[in-house]
Order: sequence, then C-alpha cells, then structure tokens
Amino acid sequence: MSEEIERDVMEYDVLIVGAGPAGLSAACRLKQKNAELEVCIVEKGAEVGAHLLSGAVFEPRALDELFPDWKDNGAPLNVPVTRDDVYFFTSESKATKMPNAFVPAPMHNEGNYVISLGQLGRWLGEQAEALGVEIYPGFAAQEPIVEDGVVKGIVTGEMGVGKDGTPKDSHVPGMELRAKYTLFGEGCRGHIGKRLIREFELDKGVDPQHYGIGLKEIWEIDPEKHEPGLVVHGAGWPLNLSGSGGSFLYHLEDNQVAVGLIVDLNYENPYLSPFKEFQRFKHHPKIAQYLEGGKRVSYGSRAIAKGGLNSLPKMTMPGAVLIGCDAGTLNFAKIKGNHTAMKSGMLAAEAAADALASGGEGGDELTAYTEAFKNSWVYEELYASRNFGASLHKFGTFKGGALNYIEQNWFKGKAPWNMHDTTPDYAATKPADQCTEIEYPKPDGKLSFDILSSVHLSNTGHEEDQPCHLKLTDSSIPIEHNLPKYAEPAQRYCPAGVYEVVEDDAGKPRFQINFANCVHCKTCDIKDPSQNITWVPPEGGGGPKYSAM
Amino acid sequence: MSNKILIVADYLNGELNQSTARAVTCAQQMSPTAIDVLVLCDDGANIAAQAAKLDGVTKVLQADNAANAHPMAATLTPQIVAAAQNGEYSHVLGPNTTYGKDLMPRVAAKLGVAMITDIMAVHSAHEFDRPIYAGNAVITVKAPEDQTLVASVRCASYPAAAEGGNAEIETLSLDAELPSHTRFVNLEQAKSDRPDLQTAPKVVSGGRGVGSEENFKIIYDFADKIGAGVGASRAAVDAGFVPNDMQVGQTGKIISPELYMCFGISGAIQHLAGIKDAGTIVAINKDPEAPIFEVADIGLVGDLFTIIPELDAAVS
Amino acid sequence: MKVLVSVKRAIDYNVRIQIKPDGSGVVENGVKHSMNPFDEIAVEQAMKWKESGDAEEVVAVTIGPEAAKEQLRSALAFGCDRAIHVKTDEPVQPLTAARVFEAIAKKEEPKVFLMGKQAIDDDSNQTGQMTSALLEWPQATFASKIELDGDTAKVTREIDAGLETLDIDLPGVITADLRLNEPRYLKLPDIMKAKKKPIEDTSLDDLGVERAAMLETVKTTAPPQRESGEMVDSVDALVSKLKEKGLL
Repeated sequence: MSEEIERDVMEYDVLIVGAGPAGLSAACRLKQKNAELEVCIVEKGAEVGAHLLSGAVFEPRALDELFPDWKDNGAPLNVPVTRDDVYFFTSESKATKMPNAFVPAPMHNEGNYVISLGQLGRWLGEQAEALGVEIYPGFAAQEPIVEDGVVKGIVTGEMGVGKDGTPKDSHVPGMELRAKYTLFGEGCRGHIGKRLIREFELDKGVDPQHYGIGLKEIWEIDPEKHEPGLVVHGAGWPLNLSGSGGSFLYHLEDNQVAVGLIVDLNYENPYLSPFKEFQRFKHHPKIAQYLEGGKRVSYGSRAIAKGGLNSLPKMTMPGAVLIGCDAGTLNFAKIKGNHTAMKSGMLAAEAAADALASGGEGGDELTAYTEAFKNSWVYEELYASRNFGASLHKFGTFKGGALNYIEQNWFKGKAPWNMHDTTPDYAATKPADQCTEIEYPKPDGKLSFDILSSVHLSNTGHEEDQPCHLKLTDSSIPIEHNLPKYAEPAQRYCPAGVYEVVEDDAGKPRFQINFANCVHCKTCDIKDPSQNITWVPPEGGGGPKYSAM
Repeated sequence: MSNKILIVADYLNGELNQSTARAVTCAQQMSPTAIDVLVLCDDGANIAAQAAKLDGVTKVLQADNAANAHPMAATLTPQIVAAAQNGEYSHVLGPNTTYGKDLMPRVAAKLGVAMITDIMAVHSAHEFDRPIYAGNAVITVKAPEDQTLVASVRCASYPAAAEGGNAEIETLSLDAELPSHTRFVNLEQAKSDRPDLQTAPKVVSGGRGVGSEENFKIIYDFADKIGAGVGASRAAVDAGFVPNDMQVGQTGKIISPELYMCFGISGAIQHLAGIKDAGTIVAINKDPEAPIFEVADIGLVGDLFTIIPELDAAVS
Repeated sequence: MKVLVSVKRAIDYNVRIQIKPDGSGVVENGVKHSMNPFDEIAVEQAMKWKESGDAEEVVAVTIGPEAAKEQLRSALAFGCDRAIHVKTDEPVQPLTAARVFEAIAKKEEPKVFLMGKQAIDDDSNQTGQMTSALLEWPQATFASKIELDGDTAKVTREIDAGLETLDIDLPGVITADLRLNEPRYLKLPDIMKAKKKPIEDTSLDDLGVERAAMLETVKTTAPPQRESGEMVDSVDALVSKLKEKGLL
C-alpha cells in the first residue's frame, strides 16, 4: 500500500472484525460492562448473517451467560434437540446405528437446540445495535494497521477498483479504523488472523491447525417425514476410502432440514471432490429417505478449524486478540464451535473492558484474556477433547473412534496421553500418480446437483469489474507444478467451481479463476498443496448472501 | 358481463408494431364481445389498415391528430381516456413494449384504477398471471370487476394474431385537452446494422467455447448472415472475449428472441435465467453433457468451428 | 431547486427468491433486503445535481414498514438532506403509492421528482407514471440522460426503438433507467453521518390518502420450467428443423 493515500480515520475504544458469534458476543459484552465504550464492528458480508454458516446444533451455555433472558427476547432457538442418532455408514446402502451407550459423550445433545446460525447472528446483531454498538456490514477489513509492533486497527477495503487494478470513477479509498484494542473474529482462516499469527509468531510451539470443509444444504421436505429436533450424525461412507470426516442431518422448523458433510482437509487423494462426495452422500437410503420428494432451498460451504487445543495459537498480541474460530476454539469432539466462539469473545471483551476501566490506553497485550480463557469452561472442554481429531487422523475412523470412546467416556477426557498431528493439511496431499481417480456418479437433479446450480442457491454475487481476490503468489504454479503433480486439486476442492483448468486456443491448459463464484469458504487458502493461493477480501458486500445457514 | 376490449396500437415509422398483434391474441382469451384497436397517430391510415387485417379485431379506431406525430404518454393519455370512456370499454390493453409501459400506467391513474403489468396468462377476464422478481415467480392476480381494467400484455407470452381479418376502420375525433408540457425533441434510432440484442427476434450467442476475442468474429459473421443480434455468456465476458454489455443472463440482459442459437455455452444457471423466455433455443456444444442441452429445444453436439461454416453454407 | 426521490425496500437483487410452499408469497423473513437498484440510480442522480449546485435540497421518501428506515438511512448516507417515512405495514400497490407521492409532492413542491423506473420485486413499472398523471405533471420514464435547463429538462429515454429525447416543463417526474449513472459506494463516515440526519414519520392517514382498489393476489407459483427438446445429429437436420419452424 502506498503511503500517499489520504484516508479518513475513525477511532474507537474497541474495534471488532467480523460480525459472527464471537464478534457479536464480544460487542454485547463490552457494552454490558460499560455502556460508554465506543464499539464498532466491521463485517465483509452485505449484512449481518450473510456470511454465517454452521450446522448447527447449538449449546446455549454461552448465550445463557450473555443474555440470561434470551428466551423472552425472541432469540431464535426454537427447536430443542429431541432425538440424537449416530450412524456408521458402512456402504452406499448400509448403515449401522450406534447404540447410545457407545456414542462418545461429547456427541450427546440433550439440552441443545437445532438453529440457524445466520438467524442467531442477526438476532445478536439486533441486541448489539440496541446496546449502542455500531455495526457496518459491507465493509471488509483489508489489512491490519501495525505500528511499532502494536496492532492499532484495520484499514477497510478500497471500493471501485477495476479488474486491471486501476481506480474507476466510483473509486473510494479504504478507511482507517483505529482502536485501543482490536478483536479479530473473522472465523476460520481469517485472512488478517492468518497474517497476524505469522507476523507475531503466535503459533510457535503448537501443532499446525487442522481444517475441514463443511458443505451444507437446506431442504424443504415432506411434512410427513419431518421430525423437528431430530439430529442425525454419521461417519464412514462416502469418506472411508479416501478421507475422513462426518455428516449431519438436522430437522429444523417449518419442514426444513439441514444436511451436510464435513470432509477433513488432510485427505491424501487430490482427485477427491468434497462437493461430489456430499452430493453422493445424499443418496444414502438413511439420508435420502428424508430428502426424497423434497426441495433444496439453499447451499453453502465454509472451512472449519478443528485442531482444537493442540493447535490453538497464542491468542493475544499487543493491541489485539484473536477470538472464536479465528484462533480455533471449535470443539471438534462436539462438532460445535458456536458456544466456544461466543465465550471466547465474551472473555476477550471482559479483559478489554477491565483494562480500559482501569485507565488503560490500550495497545498492550490482553494477557488477562488468556488467563480467563484458561480458567474457563471452554478450556476445560477443549482440553478434554484435545486428542479427538488427532486420534482419528492417526488411527482412522474405526480405531480412532474406539479410542475416542474410551478417552471420552472412561477417562472423561482426562486420559494421561496427548496426541499430535504435525502434518499440515496441504502437505498431506499425495501426488496424483500415487492415487486413483475417483469416479463420481452424475447428479440426478433430484437429490444431487451440479456445482453451478448449487452456487446459485448461495445467492453469491461479486462486482465483476474488480481485481481477482484469489491471489496467486506465482501464477505459473497451477499449470506447471500443481497440474502435473497433483492434477490441480483446486478444480475439485473448491465447493463453488471457482477454479478451472481450461484449454486455451492452442489446446494448452490454462488456469481460470471465476472469482465471482467464491463463497468465501477459504478452502483454497488452506489446501493448495503449494500454498500458492492467498484469499484476500473482495469489495465489501460481495460473497454469498445466506439467509438462514 | 360483457368484455369490450380496447387495445392501444404500438407503431414505429408508420408501421404497426407486431406487439399489437400479440396483444390481440391475449385479448381473444378474455371472452371478449369486441376487440377494438385504437390508432393514435398524425396520419394513421396505413397503421389502421394493418390493424384491420388482424384476426379477432372487431373495429379499428383511427384518431389522427397532429399532436400524435410523435407518440408521448402525456398527450396520448387524455385521448385514450376519452376513447375508453366514450366507448364504455371494460378493458384497455397495451403491449409491454417501452411504449406501453410508459403509457398504460398513466392511463390507469387518469381512470383512477389499478393496473396489471405484463399479463402472461389469462384465467378469466379479470384473473391473470404475471411475472414478478424478474420472472422468478409468477403471481395470479384478480382485478376488481366493477372498474375498467387497464393492463399491459407480455408480448413474449403470445404469438401474433394472424392476418386474415378485415375489420371496419372508424375515424374518431377525440375531444380531449392535450397538455403542452411535454415536447418531442428527437429519436435516435440504433444505427448499427446488427439488431439490438434486447429486441432482436434472433440472437446468436457465444460462450467460453469460442476461445478468444478473435474467434468471436465467426459468431458476428454468422449473426450478420441471418440478421441476428449477438450475445455472450458471462464466461465469455469474464474471459475478455466481448464487452460487458453483451452478457446475457441474470446479471446481464434478459432476452426473449424467437430464435436463440448458442455456441460453446455450457448453460450455467445464471445464463439460463436470461433466456428462459426465448422461443426456440438451439444449442451447439461439443460436450454432450453440457446442461444447456437440458433446456434447448434443438441440440447438436459438435465443434462450433466446423458447424458454423456448415450452417453458413446451408443458409446461403 | 428541490429534488424529491423515492426509494423502496426490496429483496436484494443477488438473492434467489424462494416461493413459500403454500403459495402465499415469497419468503422475505431473514432475507437480505436493499434499496431497489433503480432507486439507487435515482438517488445518485440527485446527488450529482447537489454536487453540481443544481439541487439545493434532496429529500428521500419511502413507503413501508419500520424496516424500510434502513433504506432511508442509505439514501441519507448517499447525501440526501432529510427523509420522509410513510409508515405502513399494509401492502401498498402502485396507485396508492402514487397517491401518497402526489400528497408528498404537493407538500414539498419539488422541481423534480426522481424515481427508479421500476422496483425489482413486483416489477410493476407504474408508480412514476401514475404519480405524474395524478399531479398533471409531465413524465419522462426510462431516463438515461438528463439535462436541466432552467424550468425545463431534456431527458433522453431508452426506448425499444432507440434513444428518444423529450423536453419537459418542470416540475416533472423522471424515472431512472440502468444507464443513467453508476451509483457511488457508500463511505463509512457518510453512513455514520446519516444516522444523525432527520427522518420524518408520517402515514397514509396523516396524508389523507384514500387507498385505491387493490389487485388481489390469489397465489404465487414458480415459473414454468423449460423442458429439453430433441437432439439432431447434423447441420442439415438442424437447418431443416429451423426452416420448418419458420425461423430461418
């Protein structure tokens, strides 16, 4: 960035990046602690909730603490979990239901709710605004302001820059938002969080973060088959052979169900397509029985950070903290990150409010946040589940699953061992010639669909005349390195059809990036075997417009 | 209740616009007792004669007035209101051309009645389907039966009435005060020999399969040969083969030509949104599994670079 | 001069609408709403006049529920000076909307009343024309260029035949088409400032507006889908099919 650009500057007590469960909870907590604090949230989505996507079975623990009267204030927690089934899918047509006694304890869901995170986010947004928080959707935090080793805020993205990088007539420069403390709650693999982790070496001495890609659809199904509150989790097919992960089917209200598949991004076979695995998964009789005759109403995808405590970076640096999935507070054993994200945001807020209340000028490291975090129930949960993912990675779904059962149900998570998985997900990808191509069934247009009609249901849109926001460090790598060695897996791991290898005039392969399709899931930034793709935010307001994901 | 229908004729350069004939077809489905066509021009003889030939037309009303030399909503409206009231019409219809879109709401407001835009299906003389949300939904609406119904007809939904009729032409003198607050300055008609993409009855379109900006010449040349407008898919626009304004699709232009021929377009859903009202869709693609074939009326699998020259030869 | 500009809250153009299973309408809850894009163009035009000194005051007006304040705030963030919110939870069809705008125009006496050519939700394309009819004002719809000249304006309109230019007396109603301009990006400081600008609340009853007879919506359905046709195996077969249909 050139130094000559004159930018408007706004100053706040606390600036929050990202209006997700962590950021919104933090904002509310700050105002609850001290209504005088000036708190601002920037959100790259066109509105609060537009970029939120989660399963979601929601554990209300953090919400109970933040708004004990949430029930009376219309929080959208309308469907208590009524039944909790866990299946092991042994083949494309068979499944074994796990007897309740063998289900690892964290996977039980009594007292939880089936919700739409998008709706909960909107509700939290309303609470925050009512408390006086300024929320600015449609404005992306482009980069951090770091001065003398202290995070001072962020610069919002420029608007009105053409495809070729030159400003258009409508050009508006970015704006500096400065604050005493900045809370980064961008969600999994936040682009600024990633940068700060590197620059401040926050991940020193911890395992690499591990990720999954979650794909989700909402269906309207036959009322006869609908059982509000029924929660179905699954493991096994279609992922046994080529990768690990899990699936879910949650019955919401209004005859809707959420169906999804999470594929661990440490899969080896570059021919694997998470999108197509998901599409074929829906044909399993245990799932199809609900979907048949129904109508798909939305689609979306988002990466999740699932490394847990072993991968959790240091969450503080001078002037700023990481909250929620930007740090990686998701509890993978529970497959839930919303309650832990909220709690981490609340803890950070309390630390910031306390520091400011005692006359602090900000800019320091909020170590009180780390302390509070270590003494919180979030840490307790994450500690108990610390080996869950690594154990599955190391021993596979069967043996790892058994070990998890023993660890969670016999030792209550306090087993005297630690397991580490030190291979980053991208490095797990094997060369194509050591793998077999996967033949996926053709979508039938009833239960399974092609990628573009799916992306269409995510209401994704970007200003077309802007620079591509998926940056290649070296533009030759996709064709010259990734293609011969890995059959360029971007074509398959992207759940939105952004990356294609097409033939040019001379019949030579060319790498094409259809950035306008991008659903902001961040998988490319994580899984590219050459770590050559950097996701940066496009013009604010772009991306999916999820309504209730 | 009798349904006496008045259709306001759209015309250009002294010729009846085909949209009028389409509105007549729509009116025929409303159990009419009469379908009269109103021609408001400075010299409407030729237009009236053309309207009189349309099957189903009862009578043509020709109201010449120097003020109508260039049709403008402000001056036409008082005349239409007078004609509608004098003739005790139950329905006043216009086509959903820009002429009709500009004019009919003004007429409705002057009559103090609600208006229905874009009739696409007739259930009864007062119940119709019309598209909303850019055609992504259809609503069935019922108009009050105790007042005049003003509506525009979605031309793409109706074929033109055939020309086998011989209706009476009546010259009308309409007593209406015309405002002077709106004056015609000029009309710049599209100069290009190539028909406008949005209104052309035929459109030829190219996609990413065309391969390059230079290769697009083959599309232009073929389009010129059959007198078609030229469009493109978003992929072709994104790849820089053609400018933005040629993009057909949800984020580009939504078109309804009688013939839409697309070459090397796979049929992304956002493109299909722009052509779903086309009369006949012809798809040529070398990938037999391209989704475009699922909506095409006629499909041909093959390489556009061999097929276009063959087509060229066949239509020469 | 004073400019009045109407803005409507509508489902965002990026959102793929969902029809309610019982056919009672489209799903609006939890769905992103924005200012109707054609209205944004109208607001942008008013801002251009403010910047050029042609307009001294620009007033935004909307009709709709409390949530429509969000769109008025956007209009104020563009730079409108104040806003009028005609609050109602009833569905308002074009003729009633036009009567509301007639009442507001009579009160505010703008020289130009700018509107979007149509709203992208109901696609009626009526309100501008109806408003000018009720006011006995000239109308210039589908404007792609407007030149002000004292008490008149030359408006270039995008019509099927090409570009038509009309010369109208002011006050008049002008409706904006896509190519009139490209609306600006809202800046954060302007959004902040907009929060402090005045919004006047009023209602149909306050304005003494008589509700017009309504079109009754019987049901909402999905549009008919195209079915796949036939495959031919040669250019000759294709050409003869097209000739049969009279298309070549």
